[in-house]
Amino acid sequence: MTEQTIATTERRPARPSPRPSGSTAGRARTRPKTGNLRKGEAFWGYLLIAPTAIGLLTLSIWPAIQTFSFSFTTWGSFGGHTFTGLDNYVAVLQDPEFGQALINTFLFTGMTLISVPLAIGLAALLNRRGLRGVGVYRTLYFLPVVTLPAAIALVWKLLYNGDFGLVNWFLGIFGVHGVSWLANGSTAIYAIGIVSIWSSIGYNMVLFLAGMQAIPAEYYEAASIDGAGPLRQFFRITVPLITPTTFFVAVITVINSLQAFDLVYLMVGPTSPAIQNAETVVYLFYQKGIIQGQGGYAAAIVFVLLLIILVLTLFQFRFQKRWVHYG
Amino acid sequence: MADTASLRSPRAGRAARSGRTGRPAQTSRSGSVVVHTILIVGAVVMVVPFFWELMTSLKTFAESTAVPPKVFPAQAQWVNFSSVFAALPFGTQFVNTVIMTVARTAGQVLFCSAAGFAFARLRFPGREVIFVLFLSVLMIPSQLFLLSQYEIMQGLGLLNTITALALPGVFSAFGTFLMRQFFLQLPAELDEAARLDGANPFQIYWRVMLPLARNGMLALGILTAIWSWNDLLWPLVVNNDPEKMPLSAGLATLQGQFLTNYPVLMAGSILASVPMIALFVIFQRNMVEGIASSGIKG
Repeated sequence: MTEQTIATTERRPARPSPRPSGSTAGRARTRPKTGNLRKGEAFWGYLLIAPTAIGLLTLSIWPAIQTFSFSFTTWGSFGGHTFTGLDNYVAVLQDPEFGQALINTFLFTGMTLISVPLAIGLAALLNRRGLRGVGVYRTLYFLPVVTLPAAIALVWKLLYNGDFGLVNWFLGIFGVHGVSWLANGSTAIYAIGIVSIWSSIGYNMVLFLAGMQAIPAEYYEAASIDGAGPLRQFFRITVPLITPTTFFVAVITVINSLQAFDLVYLMVGPTSPAIQNAETVVYLFYQKGIIQGQGGYAAAIVFVLLLIILVLTLFQFRFQKRWVHYG
Repeated sequence: MADTASLRSPRAGRAARSGRTGRPAQTSRSGSVVVHTILIVGAVVMVVPFFWELMTSLKTFAESTAVPPKVFPAQAQWVNFSSVFAALPFGTQFVNTVIMTVARTAGQVLFCSAAGFAFARLRFPGREVIFVLFLSVLMIPSQLFLLSQYEIMQGLGLLNTITALALPGVFSAFGTFLMRQFFLQLPAELDEAARLDGANPFQIYWRVMLPLARNGMLALGILTAIWSWNDLLWPLVVNNDPEKMPLSAGLATLQGQFLTNYPVLMAGSILASVPMIALFVIFQRNMVEGIASSGIKG
């Protein structure tokens, strides 16, 4: 890139400035054009983005393209890749194991979404004026977010243990006889889902708390003058005004949950009788692609997953017009 | 939000701007009791697993499997903590985890702040296109990269090395995005003034902007540190030698070897998770700020 080419591109009015010079406080993008080329701006721009751009290009973008090409090949046991067209995709879509993994993943995602309303409720309680101990509560609720997933998984395995687990002891107080939650195909994914709710609630709560703190206090004051109680204020002011945050949290929760792996791998694992009814799509991908060396098949699995994520996210964006209020 | 408010009433707008926001009216005493009761019940649910982890780590094996469960050990079995070092190359894995975490964090803070600054503050041909490309990486599930990343590491002869653990995590689209948001918030007059003083873009980045973006870098650094420390899938894929694993993968294999020795497993879990819990407690405000800004100002 020579100085001359930069100069030509710069001189073109790439972005018409909507405001006269001088009144652009805080808006780097609409900075007034001073006419002359700022020496070396483009050079430094490219240089400063170079490390990340090269890193992402070689370790993310290229791998994504390569994985896409993998998805049309079958991997031999001695490392050769044969082009087999859409065979992998056909096989994935006809594979009952993939179908079950998809159902498990949706169940897990649905469970994890329960953390969203819970987090809204908790954030609203913490947001009350003059409440003591907000910092302590926030720290405690947030603790699982920063804890090693392996540590979380191991302690919950112990809690869920059918014979000496705390969960069954607690249920026993109410006369409920609990099962071995994680070894049981009909309960495992729900048990894992509860851990997922438990570990994501603090993160979501922090996002909601930030959203709620942007609501003008006058809204609440006016509402209380009109005689609206705390519950009514919550449903009529807080809930509608944080819908942009709710939307954002729902979207990232769905995206992240559809990619669930850690908890299933750590809490159930390949030797468990319950794995068929607990394995998620990414767990299946890991088993096929990394453990069993069926890279082509695994690549097709992640592209089907990508498609599902895209469709669900798009659907959420479409549907948001019905319930999200932007201020 | 502030804009709509000021349209409706000048008072509300002023309040929103001056930051007097977001607090519902004072609760009555009885209301306060209800609120605390709910929050405390919730906090107990959050804390019980951690409490149980700690108690179990100090029990004998027999105590850990007692029916009905025993809350406290008769005598604290500190020996469980030293057993972790015998069961795993724990010291080595700890060092591996630290190196991986420090490399990723330092790399991201440096590279993402540089790229974030360029995207927010400099104009160059193709800026928008490249930024959209970065954003697309942000939206793709990371499993899409795994198979190919594994082959790249294999091709470079890096399988079962610490370099392989750290490398992909050094570059981040999310970090770039987060830093860009921080740089966009800084007033434009700053670089104008520095330019008039004859500073080149790099000097503006290094001398003027970086010191002001300290909070952003701290937030990114803490988030990156915690995510790196806790990362499981990539280490499992790229390193199968226990000597080269980080703690996340190491604990997963320890679970296989000592299927039911819960006291030792819990002791290992505590040792492996304490560093990030400590980091969080110390830098809680920065971390929360980072998360909040990643969500709200997107």
